[in-house]
Amino acid sequence: MPIGILAIQGAFREHEMTLDRLHVKHFQIRQAKDLDQPMEGLILPGGESTTMVKLLTDLKLFEPLLSLITSGLPVFGTCAGLLLLAKQISGTDKLGFQTMSIRAKRNAYGRQLGSFACEGHFADLGIIPMVFIRAPYIDSIFGKTEILAIVNDHIVAARENQQLVTAFHPELTNDDSVHKYFISMCQKNKKS
Amino acid sequence: METNRYVLNKALAQMLKGGVIMDVTTPEQAKIAEAAGACAVMALERIPADIRAAGGVSRMSDPKMIKAIQNAVSIPVMAKVRIGHFVEAQILEAIEIDYIDESEVLSPADDIYHIDKTKFQVPFVCGARNLGEALRRISEGASMIRTKGEPGTGDIIQAVRHMRLIQNEIRKIGSLSEDELYEAAKELSVSYDLLKYVHENHKLPVVNFAAGGIATPADAALMMQLGAEGVFVGSGIFKSGNPAARAQAIVQAVTNYNDPQLLAKISENLGEAMVGINEQEIKLIMEERGK
Repeated sequence: MPIGILAIQGAFREHEMTLDRLHVKHFQIRQAKDLDQPMEGLILPGGESTTMVKLLTDLKLFEPLLSLITSGLPVFGTCAGLLLLAKQISGTDKLGFQTMSIRAKRNAYGRQLGSFACEGHFADLGIIPMVFIRAPYIDSIFGKTEILAIVNDHIVAARENQQLVTAFHPELTNDDSVHKYFISMCQKNKKS
Repeated sequence: METNRYVLNKALAQMLKGGVIMDVTTPEQAKIAEAAGACAVMALERIPADIRAAGGVSRMSDPKMIKAIQNAVSIPVMAKVRIGHFVEAQILEAIEIDYIDESEVLSPADDIYHIDKTKFQVPFVCGARNLGEALRRISEGASMIRTKGEPGTGDIIQAVRHMRLIQNEIRKIGSLSEDELYEAAKELSVSYDLLKYVHENHKLPVVNFAAGGIATPADAALMMQLGAEGVFVGSGIFKSGNPAARAQAIVQAVTNYNDPQLLAKISENLGEAMVGINEQEIKLIMEERGK
């Protein structure tokens, strides 16, 4: 079950450590040639979304990753990764893959002083720790998007078909349940 | 769950990893930096090379200028305060800066005490030349470390020296037996608990960037290969012939620091690098500030 982790900027190491704990194989994606290997899921980590969009283009990763996502490769975006997948982002035209039917608000809680941690319900996994760092949230959903978590009246996790996003960072906690959820998405996708 | 500010502040530094933090003096430069792929900007009135040239006392920047840069970009905005000047830090916290750099680039306000950074909600990054300095700053509440290097020179030698020394000391601490850690903590004038973390994890407890003298994509890749988790570029970008092209190239060099073919390609046609000053020609040694 090799999972590709976008490793051009941000907290990709933390996702690697989580997958290590789950004994899931993974590799880093830094250039187009890194995509010449089997991949059953893709993780878009936290970091700066503007930096990532710029590098995706410069490193010629944008088009190949976009076609993998649109062809149904399971993808998990955390924080900046959520912004990369959103079809719309309030107040900006700086967009990423635009594959998921959500409207996101970036830096939705303000600057670093607005960063926070809490616990919240995630889908049917029960209560999990959630760490929000200069985080976005989801303003509204459309298409086939389902809500997976709500914190303080804002949508902070959602799924549309094979696309999973969280505004928070499960990879910064010791609770691996969201990653397990994603791995089971990848396994089901492989079977079907 | 109780929110632990320090954990959140360390986490923001984690999000900056693999990125380039660029010194900017105007909203226009901040936009160029953001468009080039900077993961954050450092807002300051004068970049280190100009601070050297101008001489005199160098202080925190005008909050109005910092706010203009905050409004111009969506990436995190950092700003510098003088070593020990906790009121400058209070002012930056009041304007909700994303990260404070308690920096030897500015004239120190206190030659004994650093700021007690545990008293603040906003995160701090501090410079260090060796493991002792790094762990002392972390004890004081820094949630990110950078090498000091020698800012504003365009000469990489001090940043290399500091990064090599820190990595070397981390390896040594990792190889000690547990009962030897007490003496090592005493020698380094650092807390036993922090040293024990380094011993067990073979790394600093916070993110460690390179800074001071980085002027080319090759410099940035060199620092990454030596173990930096990201880089600060000060004078190197906006003191060069083509800031936008150089900024983009350095961003790519940090992402693919292990690929010489790509480094060769992005190093082409960048125009003139900053002229720089050699180590022997420097009159003002900033790295000596704050120990």
